[in-house]
Amino acid sequence: MASSNSLMDSLFQRSLEDLIKGLRLGESTFISRSLEEIRREIKLTDLSTKSVALQKLSYLAALHGVDMAWAAFHAVEVVSSSRFAHKRIGYHAIAQSFSDQTPVMLLITNQLRKDLNSSNEHEVSLALECLARIGTDDLARDLTSEVFTLLGSSKALVRKKAIGVVLRVFDKYPDAVKVCFKRLVENLESSDPQLLSAVVGVFCELTAKDPRSYLPLAPEFYKILVDSRNNWVLIKVLKIFAKLASIEPRLAKKVADPVCEHMRKQNVGKSLLFECIRTVFSSLSDQETALKLAVAKIREFLVDDDPNLKYLGLHALSIVAGKHLWAVLENKEAVVKAMSDEDPNVKLEALHLLMAMVNEDNVTEISRILMNYALKSDPLFCNEIIGSILVACSRDSYEIIVDFDWYVSLLGEMARVPHCQRGKEIEHQLIDIGTRVKDARLELVRVSRALLIDPALLGNQFLHPILSAAAWASGEYVEFSKSPYEIAEALLQPRTCLLPDSIRAIYIHSAFKVLVFSLGAYFSAQEPTSPPLAQESTSSGHSVVNGFTYNSISSLVNMIELGLCSLSGTIDVEVQERAKNVLGFIGMIKHEIAEKATSQNSETEAHRAIAFMEDVFSEELGPVSSTAQEKVPLPEGLELNENLEGLQEICREVLEPMAESDYSSDKVSFSVAKLRIRDQEEASSSLPPPLESSSLLAEHRKRHGLYYLSSQKSEDHNDREGNDNNTSNEYPPANEISVDSFKPKKKISKPRPVVVKLDEGDEPKRKPDASSSNDESLSRAIQTALMGKGKGKEKEKERVKENHEMNVDTENIEQSSRREKKNKKNGERSSKRSSRRQRGKEASVTKPVEVPDLLL
Amino acid sequence: MGIRFILMVNKQGQTRLAQYYEWLTLEERRALEGEIVRKCLARNDQQIRFELMFEFLCSYAGVLAGWLALNEQCSFVEHRNYKIVYRRYASLFFMVGVDDDENELAILEFIHLLVETMDKHFGNVCELDIMFHLEKAHFMLEEMVMNGCIVETSKANILSPIQLMDKAH
Repeated sequence: MASSNSLMDSLFQRSLEDLIKGLRLGESTFISRSLEEIRREIKLTDLSTKSVALQKLSYLAALHGVDMAWAAFHAVEVVSSSRFAHKRIGYHAIAQSFSDQTPVMLLITNQLRKDLNSSNEHEVSLALECLARIGTDDLARDLTSEVFTLLGSSKALVRKKAIGVVLRVFDKYPDAVKVCFKRLVENLESSDPQLLSAVVGVFCELTAKDPRSYLPLAPEFYKILVDSRNNWVLIKVLKIFAKLASIEPRLAKKVADPVCEHMRKQNVGKSLLFECIRTVFSSLSDQETALKLAVAKIREFLVDDDPNLKYLGLHALSIVAGKHLWAVLENKEAVVKAMSDEDPNVKLEALHLLMAMVNEDNVTEISRILMNYALKSDPLFCNEIIGSILVACSRDSYEIIVDFDWYVSLLGEMARVPHCQRGKEIEHQLIDIGTRVKDARLELVRVSRALLIDPALLGNQFLHPILSAAAWASGEYVEFSKSPYEIAEALLQPRTCLLPDSIRAIYIHSAFKVLVFSLGAYFSAQEPTSPPLAQESTSSGHSVVNGFTYNSISSLVNMIELGLCSLSGTIDVEVQERAKNVLGFIGMIKHEIAEKATSQNSETEAHRAIAFMEDVFSEELGPVSSTAQEKVPLPEGLELNENLEGLQEICREVLEPMAESDYSSDKVSFSVAKLRIRDQEEASSSLPPPLESSSLLAEHRKRHGLYYLSSQKSEDHNDREGNDNNTSNEYPPANEISVDSFKPKKKISKPRPVVVKLDEGDEPKRKPDASSSNDESLSRAIQTALMGKGKGKEKEKERVKENHEMNVDTENIEQSSRREKKNKKNGERSSKRSSRRQRGKEASVTKPVEVPDLLL
Repeated sequence: MGIRFILMVNKQGQTRLAQYYEWLTLEERRALEGEIVRKCLARNDQQIRFELMFEFLCSYAGVLAGWLALNEQCSFVEHRNYKIVYRRYASLFFMVGVDDDENELAILEFIHLLVETMDKHFGNVCELDIMFHLEKAHFMLEEMVMNGCIVETSKANILSPIQLMDKAH
């Protein structure tokens, strides 16, 4: 019964073609139905049925995301068939679905070995392809000898694939180098272009991982660079030299000539030309003639109509921008023109290039150009522009910014770009500059005011973070404000209801700071100068005390009270609490404002309260290092790693009331978080806080003074009053950018203000370079192999030498005389080399590499 | 590694061929393909629309020739840590994911070589040829690329094993 069933299955099995036709009809259940069939068919003993089932499964897996890991064993079965057609299907399935974790991997070692030794070259090539795709450590180890044999095969097809597989074998089993490396190197001198292109490709990959080990092969590569006519091969060799020349500068000089020759050729392929240019830019940029030629060639790319060439031209320029900015400057028209290209990728490349040009002399000009583009661009690119300005300007604690007034107003302008969505970054930078750069605070307050009083900005949710920063700055640095009343009014305008609650709380808190500042100014200034004459006029409300009259101060208080009244019923607790705190404070001092104006008693309760609040706010906030927490020494006896889960059980009753208890009674806790909370509470509490709490705070600050930055009073800002408004909003039209904008301008007479920097923590920590041990052992093995070639196998070396002698003889005599001169300098050079060896970072891994002198 | 993967995708975004040279799980492959196809097709969407508009304009004034070339987009897209080099041939997109330092123009030439090779074998290759002869397309790729390295660039050499196989059948 079963056998007749299987016969039916075999006879009426759907072929792959049937499956594809079925799939094209687009039936939703078709795949699952076919899968059922496949599961049944693949278990049959008949290999043709099995292989067709496997073929269908591979198809579904490749194009329809069906899992085929379950069929791994069946794939091994199909591979063992003696028919080539079955083998092919099996190997294809294995290459597609096997990973290192596949359990039946062990079962194919013998099959692979058998096929590698087959007399049918196509079977051998199937096995090699499979090994190249799935080779594990074990497979590579077990099959190394087979690969070695095949590397010497007389059949080009097999030998080519054996070369291709070497990369995987070396990667998985570095000891294979000892066996196979010599044969691999021999192929570098092969006259068969097929083999040459394969072996150069392999060396290109190997060199990319560990250039130093392959320096001794430089003569072989050089010969290929000069002799080969195949673009593919030349591109790969150029890539090899790009890596080698960057660690061996003497090579750069030697290679520059043939590279230039390739570039000068009339009908050189664009891909080869581009590779030459890129090689020159990345590794040969110290060779003047080569660099000049490459810059000239790259211009052709930049002005070409083909967007691919334009893109690559810009890309290549960005490689050289760091070292030779002049190359970019020479092509600046093309770069600026590319900013208005159709293609977003080209625009982006141009943007990166422009940002690479930024330095402290031209940052103003370039930012102005870019802001002009930002205004006209689509939202995506607009934000790319704004983002890259922000990144470039804030790099290394605003290293390139000299004029912070300009930069702060630029940040303000960014907020007004219609598509701006970089609120978070701008917020961060506004606050950061406020805390770091004292001299910029006046401008910061001016910019913040402009942002706050514009009711239109409140409707854009992307700007909310910026507004939050503006609100904080105008509260924190209210002493720079020309009209505190105006700020308070802006902070409490009705449209602030559009803000999220967390930001609204900041608004209220800032309004509180403004209020305290105004009251402080009003009260303190009145005391010393209180002649009876003034007293009279005060009562009538006309005397001006430090900008605050009795009328203005009481209208300020009334305005804040009115604005906050409606908020005391908000659902959000943060907003509600802050509003109530301020209202409580106002309630306490309000009746004394009028009294204060008439009586001279300076020791009232309100006076003390205001003085205290001023104290609280006067502590200057500084930037905090991201590593500050680590600097706090661990107090003795404090166990941090202990598991505290049990604690909750025991102290449940104790903890709960504590959380609600008044902070002043809670003196037991020393946690930093609590202190911070208390800090805020103090700041916003309506009652004059008890003395011990403020003394606790002072003590805390004294103890950890190290982590607060010193708060000196800012120096006078009078000298900057003059150029308050020197930043105009007029952008030059993009296409009329003058050459001057890229030339260094005269130094601005104004000195750069002090920027507070932290020693550490300003930069994100870099991850340690994790080079895999596998790579290391591979490079060690290769170096040993090449050393052996140098020492042990004299013949080999002699042969190579002869080869080069011949090669060199054909060159002109001048070169050989140069070589002699160089040989004289040999002693000098070897001392240089030994010093380099000492410097070498991989001293443990890298043995001194012999570079044949002939080449250098 | 050079080449990381090769994809052929039609205008509707359906994958017609996928060859990976590094191990990715099914989920990773599906996610990667989705992202790349979306990215590249979106870029070309504008282009296709533009082509239609251009044809429309040309029917009225046939003087705009050459303009089209000016407004094309480049064939390179950066995605994750790959660079995607892609090119459209009729209804099929050929996308090749390469390492950052790979030569983009050479990869474009490689794509062209692949198409020419398939053309030579199938005779004016189309999407259906690849659908129904997927294994042959894979076979050609295997001859051309090993371990992500391009090892063979001669059309005759690439096709000779396939022709042998066809004869055997």
